[in-house]
Amino acid sequence: MDKMPAWADAVLVPLISLLLAAFLSALVILAIGENPVDAFKLMVDGALMRSSGWGYTLYYATNFIFTGLAVAVAFHARLFNIGGEGQAVLGGLGAALACLFIPWPHWSLAIIGGAFAAAAFGALWALIPAYLQAKRGSHIVITTIMFNFIAAALLNYVLVNLLKPAGSMEPATANFPEATHLPSFQDMFATADNPLFRGSPANVTFFLALIACVLVWLLIWRTRLGYEIRAQGHSETAARYAGISPVRITIVAMLISGGLAGLMAVNATMGEAERLVINAAEGAGFIGIAVALMGRNHPVGVLMAALLFGFLYQGGAELALWTNIPRELIVVIQALVILFTGALDNMVRMPLEKLFVKRRAA
Amino acid sequence: MTIMTKFLGATAALALSAGAALADPALIYDLGGKFDKSFNEAAYNGAQRWAEETGGTYKDIEMQSEAQREQALRRFAEAGFSPVITAGFAFADPINNVAADYPDTKFVNIDGWLPEVPENVLLINFQEHQGSYLVGMLAAMESKSNTVGFIGGMDIPLIRHFACGYAQGAKAVNPDITVISNMTGTTPAAWNDPVKGTELAKAQIGQGADVIYAAAGGTGIGVLQTAADEGIKSIGVDSNQNHMHPGSVLTSMLKRVDNAVFEAMSGGADLETGTFMTLGLAEDGVGYAVDENNAELISDDMIAAVEDAKAKIISGDLEVVSYYANDSCPALEF
Repeated sequence: MDKMPAWADAVLVPLISLLLAAFLSALVILAIGENPVDAFKLMVDGALMRSSGWGYTLYYATNFIFTGLAVAVAFHARLFNIGGEGQAVLGGLGAALACLFIPWPHWSLAIIGGAFAAAAFGALWALIPAYLQAKRGSHIVITTIMFNFIAAALLNYVLVNLLKPAGSMEPATANFPEATHLPSFQDMFATADNPLFRGSPANVTFFLALIACVLVWLLIWRTRLGYEIRAQGHSETAARYAGISPVRITIVAMLISGGLAGLMAVNATMGEAERLVINAAEGAGFIGIAVALMGRNHPVGVLMAALLFGFLYQGGAELALWTNIPRELIVVIQALVILFTGALDNMVRMPLEKLFVKRRAA
Repeated sequence: MTIMTKFLGATAALALSAGAALADPALIYDLGGKFDKSFNEAAYNGAQRWAEETGGTYKDIEMQSEAQREQALRRFAEAGFSPVITAGFAFADPINNVAADYPDTKFVNIDGWLPEVPENVLLINFQEHQGSYLVGMLAAMESKSNTVGFIGGMDIPLIRHFACGYAQGAKAVNPDITVISNMTGTTPAAWNDPVKGTELAKAQIGQGADVIYAAAGGTGIGVLQTAADEGIKSIGVDSNQNHMHPGSVLTSMLKRVDNAVFEAMSGGADLETGTFMTLGLAEDGVGYAVDENNAELISDDMIAAVEDAKAKIISGDLEVVSYYANDSCPALEF
């Protein structure tokens, strides 16, 4: 009775939140003496009006789809996995080891092997917090965030002491062999007289991310396991009464979640850098939380939210390139969007709900 | 503030004449940010000096993400900027990837390393271990507790290279001295974490250190502040940081990134590329800072000893072992 229509819940609420965030951002830009309209034009122009801009937007979005799905799957079991960052870091290690030490004959095999290794490493990294939560009751939020730091330290050790080529200054692996380089959108779509996506990092992994969206949807809403995950999320006691083992669901959901976060590394290491750099995950694990919140833990929502954050990242880069808006401010703008769409969701939702209920009553 | 306004004006003018701005130089800072009072700021100061002396204009940008590195290089190259100067080793590989696509653009990287240097790329390296050796000597001569500290930024070979030179210098003065070494972290965030710098400095003071050398980018701000608060001495890095806490900052290990940027910008189209350039004590690429802020802290005896070592290093009579030589340090365990 006191609910608003589905379209308002899925479209209107995020849209109003976005407008509020945009309005506040405009005020901030105005306050430092830049023109917000020009800034917005620059962002749209840089991120969406050129194919190379799209190349970057889609590259960032690919990262966020994976990490967003990772958070969403865990959240359906009411597990707040904020360790996506660490799981992605370990995924990168898995992908790098697979690329460096297995002589793949062709990229199509390398992406399967690399994805498998990345997902396995990410899942195993999530397994320990999952076990501690399921068996020992250690809170998953605490353990997963601590595992982010352990992952960073582990990767640093491996890169500096084991995988770094001799003489190199940078804590990064050697370049992956040619055969493991994933085709970029430029390789796939550019022609001699139409150089689409020139120099941009979007690559075939984007389609992998789309497939992951479909699979997650199937898993959560069309399989028995998905039903059990959702049941535990709604009420653990009811789920247990129905014979669903909370230990099993916690561990399985976290394994899937960690695997998805690990898959992000396929995009960042095999697709973009073509080697493993220390900073490969660069915060995408945390952005994934905002993406999942904004996308209501639904794959379609996650996809849309990931595209929006991809736009914010690439648009923000353009702002930094061509204006005097300092980068800290670009972070402020991104944070405002997160704040309004994620954290302050109810601020828009509740008045809107009241409005709809009132209208229906009248 | 006036410099800032002038700078903003200059870039605004540049933006207006975007099409005509051919062959202006561009400068790309690393993740630590432009005003880190250290490495990136040294690059900024060099560019600023060039702009003031020649009246030229340049474009600059701070990085936010890894993928942006290649993007910024390409966008600047496509917009006709040359040379495109990058501060930080992490740019070496992206430059290697894009250089061939823009043969008319010259790329410069500071601190980077590549197995083969492309035709249009110049890699500038500094002999940081030599400069660190000298400030290590000063630290050991200043220390009364026989314990000196080192606080690095991110734990990478470059920073171990700093620490190693420092420890060798300290032990050259006093073979029995204790050198405590800590790294701030293992991620790039370690370059900009003054709070952690403060904690580490306090921990080292607790272990008896009375001179601490910070080679940690923005993190060093916290180290220097703590040293001043606790009444011990500190040593700054990259830029001259003596002015930050006069009387407490013993000296600064100068890494003349500003000179490198200035030279690269001045070179313009005639810049020699396709090679490495190594700047050590002999080329005034590294050194220690003495100015009105620390003149009273450094006695003539100290200067004499350090100058003597400097002359010997330049002449080759004294060899400071580089951490890179075999990825280990004779004077310090990591």
